[in-house]
Amino acid sequence: MSELVNPTVNTRPIALEIENLVVGVGKSGAGKKIIDGISLQVRQGETLCVVGESGSGKSVTSLSTMGLLPRDSLKAIGGSIKLVGEDVLQASDRRLRQLRATTMAMIFQEPMTALNPVVPVGKQIDEVLRTHTSLGASARRARILDMMEQVRLPDVKRIFASYPHRLSGGQRQRIMIAMALVLEPKLLIADEPTTALDVTTQAQILKLIRDLQKDHGTAVLFITHDMGVVADIADRVAVMRHGRLVETGALKDVLSAPTQDYTRNLLSSVPSLVPRAAREEAGFNPVVLEANELGKVYRERSMFGKPREVHAAQDVTLTLRKGRTLGIVGESGSGKSTVARCIVRLIDPTSGGIRLAGREISDLSRHALQPHRKKIQIVFQDPYRSLNPRITIGESICEGPINFGTKHSVAMARARELLELVGLPPDAVSRYPHQFSGGQRQRIAIARALALDPEVLVADEAVSALDVSVQAQVLRLLDDIQTRLGIAILFITHDLRVAAQICDDVAVMQHGRVVEQGPAAEVLANPQQPYTRQLLDAAPGRGWDFANFRAVDGSTTVPAA
Amino acid sequence: MAIESLPNPALPSRSGPSFGFLTATPIIAVATICLTLVILSAIFAPWLTSHDPQLLAPALRLKPASSEYLLGTDAYGRDVLARILYGGRISLLIGLGAAVTSIVIGLFIGLFSGFFKLADAVMMRVMDGLMAMPGVLLAIAVVSLSGATLTTVLIAITIPEIPRVARLVRSVVLSAREEPYVEAAISLGSSMPKIMLKHLMPNTVAPLIVQGTFIAASAILTEAILSFLGAGISPETPTWGNIMAEGRAFFQVKPSLIFWPGLLLSIAILSVNLIGDAARDALDPRMQQREAGK
Repeated sequence: MSELVNPTVNTRPIALEIENLVVGVGKSGAGKKIIDGISLQVRQGETLCVVGESGSGKSVTSLSTMGLLPRDSLKAIGGSIKLVGEDVLQASDRRLRQLRATTMAMIFQEPMTALNPVVPVGKQIDEVLRTHTSLGASARRARILDMMEQVRLPDVKRIFASYPHRLSGGQRQRIMIAMALVLEPKLLIADEPTTALDVTTQAQILKLIRDLQKDHGTAVLFITHDMGVVADIADRVAVMRHGRLVETGALKDVLSAPTQDYTRNLLSSVPSLVPRAAREEAGFNPVVLEANELGKVYRERSMFGKPREVHAAQDVTLTLRKGRTLGIVGESGSGKSTVARCIVRLIDPTSGGIRLAGREISDLSRHALQPHRKKIQIVFQDPYRSLNPRITIGESICEGPINFGTKHSVAMARARELLELVGLPPDAVSRYPHQFSGGQRQRIAIARALALDPEVLVADEAVSALDVSVQAQVLRLLDDIQTRLGIAILFITHDLRVAAQICDDVAVMQHGRVVEQGPAAEVLANPQQPYTRQLLDAAPGRGWDFANFRAVDGSTTVPAA
Repeated sequence: MAIESLPNPALPSRSGPSFGFLTATPIIAVATICLTLVILSAIFAPWLTSHDPQLLAPALRLKPASSEYLLGTDAYGRDVLARILYGGRISLLIGLGAAVTSIVIGLFIGLFSGFFKLADAVMMRVMDGLMAMPGVLLAIAVVSLSGATLTTVLIAITIPEIPRVARLVRSVVLSAREEPYVEAAISLGSSMPKIMLKHLMPNTVAPLIVQGTFIAASAILTEAILSFLGAGISPETPTWGNIMAEGRAFFQVKPSLIFWPGLLLSIAILSVNLIGDAARDALDPRMQQREAGK
């Protein structure tokens, strides 16, 4: 936010100064250089966002600063990391332990794994105080409760005594922040602290970090891959790639006038929140997929009393026409993946119907369903687990056609064509999944789904695990395939930006129900339901049109471009 | 090894297990050599000794070691070296046989239990029942019911090992079937047998190789125990257990009757166990990471 950049900030003392840092692979650091000459500076009360795609070295930079590099595999071999004037790289283990928590603190991506599951959270914060201060028990408790109130936890006395699993993801991250800030460190390192959270929670946590920083004057080194988050929280930005610094500068300068091509590409890849121009109405296209009042109830059996029922999906009605893309958006637990998995019949719906190409498939037995399987295919989120690591790409792609009676040689020839279609060399058929990057694997998964010439392609968070530039490529590929093959796509995503760019129609889900449904241009530009509006407001970086390097009006009534 | 693979930690081995781990450390290398020697000596027993292990020679009872009888003779005048070498054949055969049989049967049961809920409920309770009985007792019961031949002893030793394999396979299948690539195969219309053979079974290979070595070691030991208790293969057939059981009576006169077969038995089992450990470390990526992050 531009108003945070006030001229006095730049004159405050430097909290962290990284100079010419080099980190190499191996015990002695003699191997490949993961970080190659990084120089960064964070002043007190300032937030520096380090942004980059996976493998850029942004996390290694933060771990080096904390002195947490894995001893046997990574080593800082050059440069210095000065924390309020003291070189962390030269500090002894004992000194490092003192520095952590008192002078610098870190919060991580996944608060559940960063907290000890068998100790109440209050005690875990207390441990920091016991180790580093000589306060008495009651003074410590008072200070912890105060800190927990500062991170805006409700009912702090109850939460003090709660175990981590009793808290929500957002509450856990607040506990982590309380633990990090309880000793008022000079520097807070936040490594993707909101990546695992839902957008509305993310917006709250970002605001919290900003507010606390203002109160305490902490310097924040914020690691993220999300340009939206950058726009919301950074004072200054450092763009990293392959262990080198590409560009650094004030937020506004970098976002509105990037000097490097890489930064420009990165920003251009960020999908816009403004829905794309609506495609011509396809009212005459045949309906290929219909879900009627689809429901999925999970029953938790218990030995005594009534079984507990969880409605993962309730009364979900969707219609998808040939050549169109229907997006299902929602936060985690909204039931969007349950709907997708019911529709592909990976799980059986408990009520309602699914019509696929005019045929009811919700009540077919496993055997009777087999011939209909080829009409609907799914692409999963995790490209590293969706391909069998032990068989070749060609065998993976051939599997479907062979199941439906195609000869191996014919299927293999088709696999080569499909690989070309998704932009990979045809000779990839004889290679194994681990030889490909995440984006390439997702292309392979798409090729495998297309091998059966399905009428509906279900993409379950298919681009969520990818870097933004790769994500843009895969989205373009899906669009291209749709134009060429006239396939219908059911696109499940939590990312409103992605939905705005790929969907014709959008269904917003919350607590297992569809709360709003309609053309993307209407739902995302002019939402009628408060929940949709809330989601849109929480979308990070809504004040920026990244691709056009300009700030925009952040209200929800942006006219369709 | 671990350091070079660091930039790409998710690298799966694609050509199946490699056997480099057999010489990973000096101790493993020694174990490999020892086991190889024991196996070779059993295979080439007829060429290593000219004596018949079953030929009774009452005149030559309990002779000390000499150039003719390198380890002396036993209470019936039979050459001890010949009996130990030939005995290795039976013992190792039982180890290998028990490992292979229990893995094949256990794999089958485990795959079905992991995939079909109904089969799981029935078969796992049977397996629980089998596991509740001590293996040696079960083996004695089987042998005494059906008579002691090589086949029945092998069966008796194999049955108690099956539940362990089945449970192992089941747990691997249960976690592997949640993998997206298995779900993808389902949506591609692959049949159950195809999914099992192509996508699930390969995941069990590494843990089964490890389990197999442990089963082999414990089968050799169980056979020796059965023979020693008199419930094993008939006494005239040389096995390490039989030789020791007979030698027990003459322990004070001639301790070497127990010492040599016991030594060979210990070496064989220790070697197999060490190789099994090494295989586990080599095949389990988590163990490798632990090594790297130490």
